[in-house]
Amino acid sequence: MFNEAIFYFFAALAIVSAILVVTRRNAVQSAIFLVTALLATAGIFLNLNAEFLFIVQVILYAGGIMVLFVFVIMLVNLDVALHQVQFNRQWFVALIISAVLAAQVAAAIMVSRQSLYTMPAAPAEALEPNTERVAFYLFHTYMLPFEIASILLLVSMVGAVVMAKKRV
Amino acid sequence: MVPIGHYIFLSVALLAIGVVGIVTRRNVIIILMSIELILNAVNINLVAFSRLVGSVEGQIFAIFIITDAAAEAAVGLGIIIAFFRNRETVLADEMDILKW
Repeated sequence: MFNEAIFYFFAALAIVSAILVVTRRNAVQSAIFLVTALLATAGIFLNLNAEFLFIVQVILYAGGIMVLFVFVIMLVNLDVALHQVQFNRQWFVALIISAVLAAQVAAAIMVSRQSLYTMPAAPAEALEPNTERVAFYLFHTYMLPFEIASILLLVSMVGAVVMAKKRV
Repeated sequence: MVPIGHYIFLSVALLAIGVVGIVTRRNVIIILMSIELILNAVNINLVAFSRLVGSVEGQIFAIFIITDAAAEAAVGLGIIIAFFRNRETVLADEMDILKW
């Protein structure tokens, strides 16, 4: 019961702050609400017994990526941009895309609602100890993707430095 | 555990909000933020199904997605800085130097 209440609280928080992210005029306010949305997602991860991912989400997303965003917002002078039109005239396209998405998901849930709502969840002990299991899969089964991900990070680091340099 | 359908609803809601943000906003920084929202929606789905099945492999994929998000944010923000230095704008519909 308590678990369910926590999930619905964090879900509502995530959706409300996501809406605020895309509707606020000021980019700094959008960044603050994006932090709230990411932290609400982290709470949902903790509720799902994914402790390691919870820590990664807080440190990497709410800590690292958001600092990057706030830095760029401060480097890029937005005082002029603030007085310009913030939305382009594509509400109609957005409406159509969202409606198609909603229809697809509604159809998928209608088709599979039997199994979706009656499928019993695995016992929570199946995921414990969480960090050890994550480490085992990461360094045993998914070793090659792990190495590829590290090369990707190296490439993107070099790319970011080259892009932001004064003279190329 | 909350029924898995509710997690899918939450994930789809975040995805739709992110898509609306990408299509309607003019500021490129907020477009990048909307992409982060979409990647988060994917992560919620992966972790929820990992809990349902009782296998930790979904969380591994979520970690890889977070890595991709970090790489994408770094390169994207670098491009924004380089562009702002040249054209003094961050609006998506004024980024047309590749057009002729």
